[in-house]
Parts: sequence; C-alpha cells; structure tokens
Amino acid sequence: MPTSRPAALSGEFSFGERPRYAEEASFKIHGGCGLMGICDESGTLMSGIEAIKAMAVQRDRGNGLGGGYAGYGIYPEFPDHYCFHMMYHDAKAKEETEGVFDRYFVVDLAEPMPTRPVKGISDAPILWRYFLQPDPHKLENSEMTADDYIVHTVMLINSSVDGAFVASSGKNMGAFKGVGFPEEIGHYYLLEEYQGYTWTGHNRFPTNTPGWWGGAHPFTLLDWSIVHNGEISSYGINSRYLEAFGYKCTLGTDTEVAAYLFDLLLRRHKLPLDLACKALASPLWTEIDRMPAEEQAVMRSIRAVYGPAMLNGPFAIVLGFNGGMVALNDRIKLRPLVAARQGSRLMVASEESAIREVLEAPDSVWAPKAGEPVIARVKDMPWPIHGDLHLSAGEVSCAVTGVADSCEIVEVS
Amino acid sequence: MPTSLIQPEFRVEIDYNKCHKCGRCVQQCGWGVYSFNERPYPDDSKCRACHRCVTYCPAHCITIKKNDLALRDNANWSPELRKNVWRQAESGGVMLTGMGNDKPYLKIFDHLVLDACQVTNPSIDPLREPMELRTYLGRKPDSVEVEANGEGGYRLKPGSGVENNVKLDTPLIFAPMSYGSVSLNVHKSLAMAAERLGILMNTGEGGLHADLYPYGNNVIVQVASGRFGVSPEYLNRGAAIEIKIGQGAKPGIGGHLPGEKINKEVSTTRMIPQGTDAISPAPHHDIYSIEDLRQLIYSLKEASGYKPVGVKIAAVHNVGAIASGVVRAGADYVYLDGFTGGTGAAPAIIRDHVGIPIEIAIAVVDQRLREEGIRNQASIIAAGSIRSSADMAKAIALGADVVAIGSATLMALGCHLCQGCHTGCCSWGLTTQKPELTRRLDPEWGAERLTNLVHAWSHELQEILGALGVNAVESLRGSRERLRAVGLDKQTCDILGVKPAGL
Ligand code: SF4
Ligand code: SF4
Repeated sequence: MPTSRPAALSGEFSFGERPRYAEEASFKIHGGCGLMGICDESGTLMSGIEAIKAMAVQRDRGNGLGGGYAGYGIYPEFPDHYCFHMMYHDAKAKEETEGVFDRYFVVDLAEPMPTRPVKGISDAPILWRYFLQPDPHKLENSEMTADDYIVHTVMLINSSVDGAFVASSGKNMGAFKGVGFPEEIGHYYLLEEYQGYTWTGHNRFPTNTPGWWGGAHPFTLLDWSIVHNGEISSYGINSRYLEAFGYKCTLGTDTEVAAYLFDLLLRRHKLPLDLACKALASPLWTEIDRMPAEEQAVMRSIRAVYGPAMLNGPFAIVLGFNGGMVALNDRIKLRPLVAARQGSRLMVASEESAIREVLEAPDSVWAPKAGEPVIARVKDMPWPIHGDLHLSAGEVSCAVTGVADSCEIVEVS
Repeated sequence: MPTSLIQPEFRVEIDYNKCHKCGRCVQQCGWGVYSFNERPYPDDSKCRACHRCVTYCPAHCITIKKNDLALRDNANWSPELRKNVWRQAESGGVMLTGMGNDKPYLKIFDHLVLDACQVTNPSIDPLREPMELRTYLGRKPDSVEVEANGEGGYRLKPGSGVENNVKLDTPLIFAPMSYGSVSLNVHKSLAMAAERLGILMNTGEGGLHADLYPYGNNVIVQVASGRFGVSPEYLNRGAAIEIKIGQGAKPGIGGHLPGEKINKEVSTTRMIPQGTDAISPAPHHDIYSIEDLRQLIYSLKEASGYKPVGVKIAAVHNVGAIASGVVRAGADYVYLDGFTGGTGAAPAIIRDHVGIPIEIAIAVVDQRLREEGIRNQASIIAAGSIRSSADMAKAIALGADVVAIGSATLMALGCHLCQGCHTGCCSWGLTTQKPELTRRLDPEWGAERLTNLVHAWSHELQEILGALGVNAVESLRGSRERLRAVGLDKQTCDILGVKPAGL
C-alpha cells in the first residue's frame, strides 16, 4: 500500500459510508509519541500553558504530524451542557451535522473555535463548538441514558456524516488537536486562555500516514479522553470485543479502542477504576496466584472475562475525565512513563524533563511500575466512575423459575 | 478362493546378509506379515507400513517400499478409485478405515501466515519475559460484578465470576478417544500427562476405567448416544462433561466397536456384556431437538453439581447457527471437530467427503456468537487435525479458545498413521485390546512423550506470541488482524475474516 496518499482519498478504498475523515482507517497506525498529564487534586485551576510547556520539551518524541490536548473544568459557564468540539471538511458537512444537532438536541450556543494564525499550522478544517443538551422528549423516547444518547450521536456522526468528525463530546471539557507540533497546536487554539484542573497533552509520531486533524490525540468519548504512546498489539481482538457492545471502531487506531474500553468498563459495566485498570493491564497469573483468596477470585474472573479487553503490547496512556486522571503503563513496562507529585499536583509524562519544566520542586518523582495505575482524584468532585461501586436505583429481576409476569423491580443496596 | 485383483500396497524387503534371524519382526508385527522358517519371510499383502518391525529390527535390515506397480494412467480413474471398485466387488461391504482424511484437500491453515512485530511495536522475548498461556474453559458472565469487602478491596458478587470454569495451563487438551477403541495404557498415558501438564484428557464415549479415577480433575467425561459407562459416579469424577453429538471424521455417523474389542475390562467400564458389539447410534434417542439438548445439558449439570457441560459437534454446513443453538441451550463450551479429524473407524466414503474444514468452522462460529452477543457464554474448542503449534496458533487467532489433539497424541505414542486402527491389530499397541500388543505401551513412557510434545508446542506458541508482541494468549484469541491469507480466494478470506497478505 503506497503511503504517500491516503487510500481513502484516492478512491481505492472507502471506509464504510465515510470516505473523508477516515484517512488513516485502512492503515494500522504505527507510531511513537510523547505525552503528559497533570491534575491538581485540590481543584485549583491551571492555565493550558502548563501543558504546552510540558509538551514543548518533548518535541523530539513527535514529528509534527499531530499534537493535542484535553482540558477539564474549562467551561464553568456551561457545567451541565455537553460540549461538542467539531471538525468539518466543508460547509456541507457542517450543515448536515447541525441538522442532526437541531433534530436531537437543544443547542444553547454554537460558535467557531477561537484560534489564532500560527506558523506551521495550515489546512485546518472548519472548527466549531456547540454547547447542547439532549432534547428531553427525544431522550425519553429513545429509552437511553443521556450518556448513551451522546455516544450514539458521536458514533452516528463519525460513521455517517461525510466530512464531519467529533473531536470531543463531554461536559465541562474539550479536546484541542490537529496536525502540527503540540506547542504550535496549543498556541493555535489559544490554550493559555483556558483554565482547567486537569490537562493532558500529546505529541504524535505517526510513521506511515500523512497525519490528519482527527487522527491526533486525545481520542475522546463523552468526557473520557485518552492520550497514548505505544501500539496496542492486541488491537484486533480489542476492537472485535468492542463491536459486540455496539462500538464502531472506525478510526483504526488503538487509542480509540482504549477510550471505548474505558467507557465500557467504567460507565457501562460499572467497574471501579482500579479494577478497570487491572482488566486493561492485567497482573500476571503468577501474581494472581499469590493473592489472598478473595482478591484472587476477583482478579481471576476479571482476567478470564475481560481477556479480550486486555491491552497487550507497549503502551503508556493517560485517561482524563471529570474528577481526575489516571495514567497506566503496559504489563511489562515497554514504554516510558514518569510520575511526580508536588503538593496537590500530580503529574505524569513520557520524560522527566517535561515534569521538571512544569513542577519547579517536585516532592517526589518516580517511575510507576508496569501495569500499576497512577490515579489522581480531584477533592470533593463527584466521582463519576463508580469508585465507590455503583448504586443503581433499581433493576429488573425476572425469576427464571417463575411465571413470566414475576418480573419485579428490586432495590439494589 | 478366487484370486484377488488387488496387489499389495507395499513391498517388505529384508537384507538377508544383515539379518540376525532373531525373529523379532515376527513377534513385533501385529498384522501377521511374517512367518519364520530359519529366516523371516514377509507376506507383502498384509503389510500396512506401520514400521513396528522396522523400528525394532536390531539389524536395521528391513525396508518397506511402496509397491510401484504401474497402472495405466487415467486422470478420471485414479488407482485408488479402481482399487476400491475391485475391493467392493470382492467384499460387498462398506469400506472402513482408521485415522483421518488422507485426501489432498486444500489445507487452509497452510494458507494462513502470522504477523510479527518490528520497530514501533517491539516483539517480546519469551526467554526473558513471561508468556502466559493459561486459559479458563467454560461460560463467562457478561461482566464481572463486585462489591466492597469493607477492607478497601472487593469481593465477587455471587455468581458473577468464573469459579466453575476449568483452568488449563496451556490452551490445548487431548481429544476424545474411547477406551475400547484405544487401549487402557493409552488412556493411562493421556491421563498422567494431562495431570502433569495441567490440562484435560477426554474419555471419549467408552467410560472411565476405575484405574483412572484418581485423575478425575484432569478428565472430561463424555456422554454419547450409547451412554457407555455413564453413571452418577462417572459424571462426578470428571472436571467437565461433554455431550457428543458428532465427530469430524464421520459427521452424522455413530460409533461401532466390534465385539472382539469388548474384553472383560472394556465390558466392565462400558457397562455392557463382554463380546457384544458396542453400537452408539448417530442420533441420541433422547435428543431430537435443541430443547431436548437443553434438557440433557441441564440434567447433567444437576447431576454433577453444575460442572461445565460442553457439546461436541462436527463441522458441517451452517455450523454457526448450530453452535449458536448449542450455546443458547446452555453449553459451557462448543467442541468443533473438522473434517480432517481422526477416528478409530469410519466408512472411508464418509470420512473423505462429509463435513467442512475446521478453519472455516472456527471462523463462522466465533463470528456468529459475537454477532449474537453470546461469545462469552461458551468457550470454543477446535479440533480436527491440529498438526503443529502453528495450527494451534492460527486456530486461536481465528477464534478458538482451546485446541484438542488426537492423532498427534497417538503419533507421540508411536502411531505411524498406517490407518489400520479399525482392525484392532495395531502393532504399536494403541488401537487394540490384544494383551500381547497393548503391553507394548508403557504408560509412564507414554506420559513422558505426551508431556514433551505439549511442552514443545507450548514453548513454540510462546515464541509466536512473543513475535506478535503480546505476552498472553488471550490477546491472540480471535485476533484475526494478526493473520494474512496467501493464495485463498476472496470469499474464503471474507468468511475467515482475514485480509490477503500485503494489506
Ligand atoms: S527383526 Fe530384523 S534381524 Fe530379526 S529376524 Fe526380523 S529382519 Fe531379521
Ligand atoms: S494407531 Fe496403530 S493402527 Fe492406528 S494408524 Fe496408528 S499405528 Fe496404525
């Protein structure tokens, strides 16, 4: 396959019904990359400039074909609105997408993304953002939760609106990404003007694709955002596993898979965060065998049930979400990841130099062990990912042995 | 007796200059090839090229050659078809044969190649890093549900784990071969090896000899239509129970063990009178629908304290829908047996022409179960001529959890694939009940060879995983992305879910 021109554009291949914005989808994307994540657990806001600084020193970990950031807490004036950051190839894609928004949502604000001209950044798509909420009637009729409604919309736009791509879709957060070095991208989006309690950043080193705006990190779904260094060698089975749960892995990147897996395990299967990390970067069987009986039974089941979800191969990822951040290395630490703490700030990066650039006098700097998650949690923020185990209001239970109408709502305590 | 039109298949040549005239060949041959009068005289027509005599001749003076008797070329009438007509004109019967399909069908495994890592996703060195092959066999919940244990940790919510799955240290088990079709020493070798390897052997449909009871944790006990040897004790001895519906070598055909093989021990184990033919019909006469199957599955679960219950089916057309029904009926695993699978005895015409390749069956069943959202509800065991660790890796990449090997295990025990198992004269003492032959296999020796074989394949699988850059077998399972096809047509590629090489 020639790599000079994306196959999807040359007309040889089309990916589903969406030839554009799938530039890399028919490739398996190989790449290096650098990343960072910082979270102030006290909830104190930081300017996006911190993230830009951390990425700038890691310039050599990328090749100018992709940079991006996610910030949390950046839209305090719209805390309860889903914010869609959109990328459009042309006006027609915008019109079609806005048709979808108008049909299914109440849009309270639609505006262009603020950007400034930056040397080195060119060919930007039309960038637009929307603060919206599901249309209450449509939501009710859909019999979905609001989050599922959003996921559905994201999948719908990404897979069927030609030339439109959802860069992010969460509440009080946003992804800013594009083709260029990350410091250029950061300035392009005026990140210094945003204030957030968590920032993640990424520098991309794709080796066999031209790079495109949607293909930069972070990859997001709802308020989950992932930056990723490495390559998921288990991509094939991870994506087949996700397909069974209705996810469409249309972008062909392993980062997309990681984002969806977190969504599945945390939001839908309601696993506590630490266990979800253990499912994705599982302990070795020899370690599990040495655990106390109760823990062993849990881990054995996690590993046997979520084997197809396990991320295998070299990776370091940072997952951002409302309320915190988690950094995770692969099972045998094939990719770099350094962590540091200074007061209420927890920071991770591919290189210690990035940490030293931002934290002047870290209290501690360490290399997290393989597969051991580094978790930052913002104080007093509602923990959205069921860290205290889920308590649903009620669930329907149908006795197998009883008659058909024995279904009843049982309280789950 | 009128002259047979069929000439011997082989020529047994003895170099009498070297021959010690010790008579060992006469002793070793189970087929009665040799007579002895100051020196051994072979009767070529009886030779099956099992190489027992060749192996044990102290002078290494026996050579077995193909009888290259010229037949006039005819592309339509192969020599084999001609011989079969002569044979059937003489016997008037169904031609039986042992071991698997020997026809040169396209072997799909040989047209699939595996991926390897290079720069950006480094390979992993299995000599330095852990490579995990452990696999859990059985039904898994859709998700794991936990609750806080009050000490900062978690405990499983009841029924949400894999506690009744069977642990396998490597994703390979020994395929069902019944006591009766094979000797007790074969079963002992398999059971001992399974225990040492942390895997399972399978009784086949002939029951479990009392000597094997101590190995129960490493045994799948089979329930076939003949219900030979099935008792509550039998069901409870095993680690899992398997309902046999079909067999790859002879889909739609039942079992028939001739009365000569039913000696005292076999008769006790099978719970049938000595010397009677043991016939297990193709249909279970209590299963004429999927609902019946469900009832049997749950009866067996009830009878055994909810051990995993699997169902063995032959790979046939529409196997995806069949497997889906089997899983929905409650099976904890589906055992798929492809049409190159081995057998003790089968009508040759069925063996060679009925069924579909295992590669296709794995691919469609895995895909179908995924599409229906029930893939996690059952494990897939794939069998039917898994010949090497490469076949094992490819079967797993296509979607199998575990592979089962039968012919390869017999080969590890000496079998030379002479295809005479159905005669009960196996010179290697494997597929026979004649005491003078069965004692040739020392179970301890057999167990060691089987253990070596599985260790070797497991190490090779670890090498493959390392080359693929993953360190656990679950990351290969169903990862068709890591396979490419060479020389397969597009439709086959689509069914397999595999891209052609170069993409
Ligand atoms: S075993 Fe070999 S050496 Fe002994 S009699 Fe037979 S052919 Fe001769
Ligand atoms: S088991 Fe014995 S009879 Fe059957 S093929 Fe092998 S050597 Fe021949």
